Amino acid sequence: MPAKTILTGVHFMNGDEAIAEGAIAAGCRFFAAYPITPQSEIAERLAWRLPQIGGMFIQMEDEIAAIAAVLGASWGGMKAMTATSGPGFSLMMENLGLAVMTETPCVIVDVQRGAPSTGLPTLVAQGDMMQARWGSHGHYEIIALCPASPQEAFDLTVKAFALAERFRVPVLLMTDEVVGHMYERVEIPPEVPVAPRRRPRVPPEEFLPFQPDPDLVPPMACAGEGYRVHVTGLTHDERGYPDMTPEAHDRLVRRLVDKIRLFPEEYTFYEEVQLADAEIAVVSYGISARVSLGGIELARKAGIKAGLFRLITAWPFPDEAIHKLAQRVKGIVVVELNLGQMSREVERAVRGLVPVHGVFHAGGRIHTPEEVFQGIEEVYRRCR
Amino acid sequence: MPSIKVLAEREERGVRFTGGHTLCAGCAEPMVVRTVLNAIPDPVVVASPTGCLEVATSRFPGTAWNVPWIHVAFENAAAVISGVEAAYKVLRKKGLLDKRVRFVVFAGDGGTYDIGLQALSGALERGHDFLYVCLNNEAYMNTGVQRSSATPKCAAATTAPVGEAIPGKPQERKDLTEIVAAHGIPYVAQAAVSHLIDLANKVERAMNYEGPKFINVLTTCPLGWRTPRDSAIQQAKQAVETRYWPLYEVIEGRYKINYKPKEHVPVEEWLKTQGRFRHLFRDPQGKELIAQIQAEVDRRWELLLKKEQCFGVGG
Repeated sequence: MPAKTILTGVHFMNGDEAIAEGAIAAGCRFFAAYPITPQSEIAERLAWRLPQIGGMFIQMEDEIAAIAAVLGASWGGMKAMTATSGPGFSLMMENLGLAVMTETPCVIVDVQRGAPSTGLPTLVAQGDMMQARWGSHGHYEIIALCPASPQEAFDLTVKAFALAERFRVPVLLMTDEVVGHMYERVEIPPEVPVAPRRRPRVPPEEFLPFQPDPDLVPPMACAGEGYRVHVTGLTHDERGYPDMTPEAHDRLVRRLVDKIRLFPEEYTFYEEVQLADAEIAVVSYGISARVSLGGIELARKAGIKAGLFRLITAWPFPDEAIHKLAQRVKGIVVVELNLGQMSREVERAVRGLVPVHGVFHAGGRIHTPEEVFQGIEEVYRRCR
Repeated sequence: MPSIKVLAEREERGVRFTGGHTLCAGCAEPMVVRTVLNAIPDPVVVASPTGCLEVATSRFPGTAWNVPWIHVAFENAAAVISGVEAAYKVLRKKGLLDKRVRFVVFAGDGGTYDIGLQALSGALERGHDFLYVCLNNEAYMNTGVQRSSATPKCAAATTAPVGEAIPGKPQERKDLTEIVAAHGIPYVAQAAVSHLIDLANKVERAMNYEGPKFINVLTTCPLGWRTPRDSAIQQAKQAVETRYWPLYEVIEGRYKINYKPKEHVPVEEWLKTQGRFRHLFRDPQGKELIAQIQAEVDRRWELLLKKEQCFGVGG
């Protein structure tokens, strides 16, 4: 029996496996990676699944090579992904910038673990969130999504591929060890739309590889199709040729940023739980948002009206939604497995309207609902 | 040359690598570490990149290391030991240190053959005075048996799974010992955990040279190789007897094969004892694949014999 490309039906799988299946469903046929806990299950599943369906799995010699191979595969016309955890994510940073500069659609998964350095290889953290935003050198814009369950890991992997093609960018899936390793029900639909690549609409002799459409995204030709393909990490003009003038550089960097920034409605996702009457909002993401629900339940039992604002899109940060949230509530609690990263963004977006209190933990374990509850109580006291 | 007695006496005088670590039952790595450390009478500083040895010997709140030990990232053991060695050189030059301190890296095949190769090559080229010991168990055992470039052809690994179409890892293993030898460093050797006195002798000989020294030691992993936990030594021994893993040295460019098996033992005898090759004895194409593996073993052995002939100690 030929292997299925999409495993339609109800499954019991972990987040890592769901990411692998989400990628396949989204049309990914190229995966390159390097072994690292806690992402190895993604690689192991794709090592087994991709060859069955005519795809390509390559284990590279390190993470630098893994992401570089993904860029090459994308320019070869494939939907391509790599997955890693903290130390490997650090090694990928230079080539992440290359993907931004060369406008190469691809998906990069970071299953976050305790850090800095080797840290806690088998235990959870959310300490790479700012690295996801600013880890590569230079000024750029990036899209990063944060699943809170295996089901969402599947769904957001599909979404990540669609956004990568839509904006011609690397899209980051910032998950964590607990979501990666926890087993839950995952429902895979009968069909998943495969996002098309924006193709050249002019004959090869008229084609300029970096001439943007009105929405600032240039159509992409792949190597070997007869179109001019000239790819460089140097500052370049619409022909793809190096242009080292300050004017060309400013024009290019602005376009790379603006092509994302101008369309927030296409990638800004969040979930609101019990916020309608809430006086205190908990802002969280990934596994910490799941735990926060327990803390909110305790708060409601204690008579404090609390609710959850769950960031699904971490980057670009939903400034406007958070600012509006601050106008509706009396205080905000940020729950995350680091010592304050997304909370800085929350504070910036709140612009001093209400107190913002962080419930932080450096990682190694998830929060307890009680810790979240204490944070809610603290803010509640302060804003009364 | 250090005898077992000498090694044991040194261990009794001062244990450099203690028991109580959490390496798996039947893991051969600690024997290599102890033998290497006991074969060096001078004070040593050890660096280990991420891997089984690092994880299992430094579990909170204990350590198995009774010598100065530095854990580094996965890719940079040779680079870090370069810095350590250079710093001690400065201390000696300034007269702040008079002892001769030795520098040893213990790294797995993943951290040496793959991600650490660039750092290793750089350190070899710069000529730092250190011994690099590769504990080669032929896959990423620490993260769950993923294939490495040291994994033999056709071995099953979690990222080289056996299926109907693909019989385990499709590629041949990298010949890292020869890659290192091509750097022209003073001492290069292959050893196996089954031949510990040979290993101790090699360490002692290596330490006579100033500059980079490299020993690639075949160790066995019952978990990854899917072999009985009491068979590590037999496994390594059979790898040597089948000429799959020749014991040899390249000293200042001169080749010397330390042991030439008198009988030709087919590599099949070694393969059939390991679960990672089980499919070769079950699937129809197995015979052909075993023949291919044998041909490669023969090719490498013949090449090594020729090198010894042409560039041997007496050549």
